Amino acid sequence: MNYQQTIGDMKPGKREREEAEEGRKGSAENTIDKIFKDDASEEKGERARMASFIGAMAIADLVKSTLGPKGMDKILQSTGRGHSVTVTNDGATILKSLHIDNPAAKVLVDISKVQDDEVGDGTTSVVVLAGELLREAEKLVTSKIHPMTIIAGYRMAAECARDALLKRVIDNKENAEKFRSDLMKIAMTTLCSKILSQDKEHFAEMAVDAVFRLKGSTNLEAIQIIKKPGGSLRDSFLDEGFILDKKIGIGQPKRIENAKILVANTAMDTDKVKIYGARVRVDSMTKVAEIEGAEKEKMKDKVNKILAHGINCFVNRQLIYNFPEELFADAGVLAIEHADFEGIERLGLVTGGEIASTFDNPESVKLGHCKLIEEIMIGEDKLIHFSGVEMGQACSIVLRGASHHVLDEAERSLHDALCVLSQTVNDSRVLLGGGWPEMVMAKEVDELARKTAGKKSHAIEAFSRALVAIPTTIADNAGLDSAELVAQLRAEHHNEGCNAGIDVISGAVGDMEERGIYEAFKVKQAVLLSATEAAEMILRVDEIITCAPRRREDRM
Amino acid sequence: MALAFDEFGRPFIILREQDQKTRLRGIDAQKANIAAGKAVARILRSSLGPKGMDKMLQGPDGDVTITNDGATILEQMDVDNQIAKLMVELSRSQDYEIGDGTTGVVVMAGALLEQAERQLDRGIHPIRVAEGYEMASRVAVEHLERISQKFEFDVDNFEPLVKTCMTTLSSKIVNRCKRSLAEIAVKAVLAVADLERRDVNLDLIKVEGKVGGNLEDTELIYGILVDKDMSHPQMPKQIEDAHIAILTCPFEPPKPKTKHKVDIDTVEKFETLRKQEQQYFDEMVQKCKDVGATLVICQWGFDDEANHLLMHRNLPAVRWVGGVELELIAIATGGRIVPRFQELTPEKLGKAGMVREKSFGTTKERMLYIEHCANSKAVTIFIRGGNKMMIEETKRSIHDALCVARNLIRNKSIVYGGGAAEIACSLAVDAAADKYPGVEQYAIRAFAEALDSVPMALAENSGLQPIETLSAVKSQQLKENIPFYGIDCNDVGTNDMREQNVFETLIGKQQQILLATQVVKMILKIDDVISNSEY
Repeated sequence: MNYQQTIGDMKPGKREREEAEEGRKGSAENTIDKIFKDDASEEKGERARMASFIGAMAIADLVKSTLGPKGMDKILQSTGRGHSVTVTNDGATILKSLHIDNPAAKVLVDISKVQDDEVGDGTTSVVVLAGELLREAEKLVTSKIHPMTIIAGYRMAAECARDALLKRVIDNKENAEKFRSDLMKIAMTTLCSKILSQDKEHFAEMAVDAVFRLKGSTNLEAIQIIKKPGGSLRDSFLDEGFILDKKIGIGQPKRIENAKILVANTAMDTDKVKIYGARVRVDSMTKVAEIEGAEKEKMKDKVNKILAHGINCFVNRQLIYNFPEELFADAGVLAIEHADFEGIERLGLVTGGEIASTFDNPESVKLGHCKLIEEIMIGEDKLIHFSGVEMGQACSIVLRGASHHVLDEAERSLHDALCVLSQTVNDSRVLLGGGWPEMVMAKEVDELARKTAGKKSHAIEAFSRALVAIPTTIADNAGLDSAELVAQLRAEHHNEGCNAGIDVISGAVGDMEERGIYEAFKVKQAVLLSATEAAEMILRVDEIITCAPRRREDRM
Repeated sequence: MALAFDEFGRPFIILREQDQKTRLRGIDAQKANIAAGKAVARILRSSLGPKGMDKMLQGPDGDVTITNDGATILEQMDVDNQIAKLMVELSRSQDYEIGDGTTGVVVMAGALLEQAERQLDRGIHPIRVAEGYEMASRVAVEHLERISQKFEFDVDNFEPLVKTCMTTLSSKIVNRCKRSLAEIAVKAVLAVADLERRDVNLDLIKVEGKVGGNLEDTELIYGILVDKDMSHPQMPKQIEDAHIAILTCPFEPPKPKTKHKVDIDTVEKFETLRKQEQQYFDEMVQKCKDVGATLVICQWGFDDEANHLLMHRNLPAVRWVGGVELELIAIATGGRIVPRFQELTPEKLGKAGMVREKSFGTTKERMLYIEHCANSKAVTIFIRGGNKMMIEETKRSIHDALCVARNLIRNKSIVYGGGAAEIACSLAVDAAADKYPGVEQYAIRAFAEALDSVPMALAENSGLQPIETLSAVKSQQLKENIPFYGIDCNDVGTNDMREQNVFETLIGKQQQILLATQVVKMILKIDDVISNSEY
């Protein structure tokens, strides 16, 4: 989907384009011969560096205001048909939808996307941190420090910052109860910056329950999220069993106890003849009828074979035509058609049945079992609910909310929380939140800067300033006096083993452990490393060569 | 001059449509060509060496590449000028032949052109300049041979190889973990190398990348990695001691090539057809089972029915595996690619100690590892990294490192890097110049000067005083008569390249000089450029 940014007049890329235009005019005199194709352009040295700095910073500034628990949302309007609207404060979603011309900005969009895929959360932080690193680097470059020196300094600083975090991690893997409360806190911290912050305890509970059911697997596919408009967010619930968004065929039982389920992926319309070149040629009406009869017989055979499994529920991925449906109804079997592929896979997972496509040996096909199948109503829609399933791996979360936009955003937020939780289950190290990790890192990095000789120390110092920018932004977004708060925080952190962070709710510096604001170590580490990597990449560039855009037919 | 007259005084057109063509002749043509060549070299100049900068390239579809690999920059640059295209070719041929030094060769050619321009201004005929260059290059290549050293390593002691690969990687963005990447590259090359024949088939090393994780997670897999998963979600995710049937035929009823039709006109025929069809599937799966296969890898797809039959008979399968991968799997597992079910025999099965599926990150991405293969000749380097550009750049860097390791196995001679070899050659060429009596002498001296430009660029990129550093190193080499002194790019404190472990392969260096000289000669010989003017 193509979206266009509607807020403000910030169009990253425009400024740079103009600059590039000037650049081309300026450099036209000293290039003797034209080397590039007509529309291709080249930017060199300082100009190239500035263009990429500005592009990257523009992107960082764009998402900056969504950071933290009091961050604002953005409206994204699609330029495509329907002008559909998305309201979000998820960094990755915002950046994904922008049309960007500046190559350096694309690097940032890319890291945010990867952060989303890899850990799910921290998509805004990573971009903001990379932007701050570049902003600091720009200052250093203007004071005539070579980019390579800055990179060397950044690398040392990133290494040091990571070590600082590693020293302070809390790991409660042994203690199951504590670990669960850690997870709850992480989930609440993640959710508090999202639309779900009102009912964060409710949702955190749901997310933690769901993730615990996965038993260490990171396959979030097993958690099904069903969105049904209507009701309020508070009415959302986690269901132990499995909910399939389908209707039960007419004349079939609406409620089955001790169900034996056959999950299938087979054609239940007319079976195609798979032998190549086969065709039916008849010369009279009677023969047509005969063939039709044979076809029906074939279908009936198939249905009988399926029934021979001794089932009372049959779920198929493909369509079930009227005729076989009727046969199933006659046999008192509940037949569900056209369940989507994920639905089938999940159903196979929860009920422990295998997905079958041939039905010749019923004794060896594993059937799925569940205690009860019934039709339930959520809002106005009828859904099929499988409860008392054998394998508890999968589960369903039903989201209720006032509108589609709310539901979409709620799904994204919940997805973030689930991602973070499932990653934390595997890597159980946690940290405090609320700007605490940044301050801890900044302090260590600052100390390193003082110890380091040579020009690199300027870069290391700059790194620490960039880290402090994150709590500053969080405070700014909450409408607090950031300068005051950050200074206070810095003073607090001078003491060893301090737990101070910014408490946005009360608007003061507070003990993060008491407030229960926790973050996953894995997320923080990914933010730190990818932001440094991206900044390094952009810093290394001293020339931008833009190829002529490919001509498209529809432009003509 | 495109207009001539015949004996009757009528105009006689040699070149059609004068106004639509532009034409550059004589010294102007050479000047213009040299300018174009120089312009290309100037772009690459700042990418040379361990402290070289990167270039950001935006492709025609808006995709961004960040690299400092000379060949890649030039390839994606959208060049229009003919001479510039020649330079692109030059770097590409270095890439194909050697795989490394693609930036250096272009910088060298640029320097040669620059020097040639000066000689032309002096009034020396281009051909004489070209000939002088030719002689000089011969001297330089011979001198390289003389100063080269044998490089000792064997399978158990590959440390020297790792060091050389580290030199190559140090100029790339991946230099943060150059040590581990260099080790990976060397181990990979050694795994596939035929040390007897001194041959390395780089096709056996597959470089796969997947976005996510850290660069540190990059690993070497003694086996094959396939970006596919099991065809049925409920098939086992791990198979030990797999016997693999590698098939290029689909699980489908046979399709004769000749056009045919099966006409059905009675119910009986319909029934038999149905039976027949079922039998086909059954037979195919049975066939695989009979020969003892425990894993089926198929180039084609198969439909639900076949899929379930396979699943049912406990025969895991992978579908839609690409041709190249299929071949690699066949090589690695010692199996044969079987085009027809009838030809399936137990001997043709491939064997692997372990086949497993691994999933990554929060998205549903899975990959299939085939490890402990019967024939461990095929290896895979699996790169992880923060973003797509990083992975692409790492791939290119690894490729360079692989090529270097391969070249060293092919030919054990090395020369010292960091500009040391160039400086030594420059001294040798300068000394040789005096022996030639003709005008070529000037060209030979110019060649020596051009050789200096590589260390000069290195010093410049490293933030050193170029002229000062170069002259200091040069006099040191001359005084002590040791060709190991180069530019100290990393600010280590010594410019003895033996201590810094900066090596380059002899053939790589020789190739650089020869290729650059050839292209420059070609450019110098052009005295007429006719091109369609813009319309």
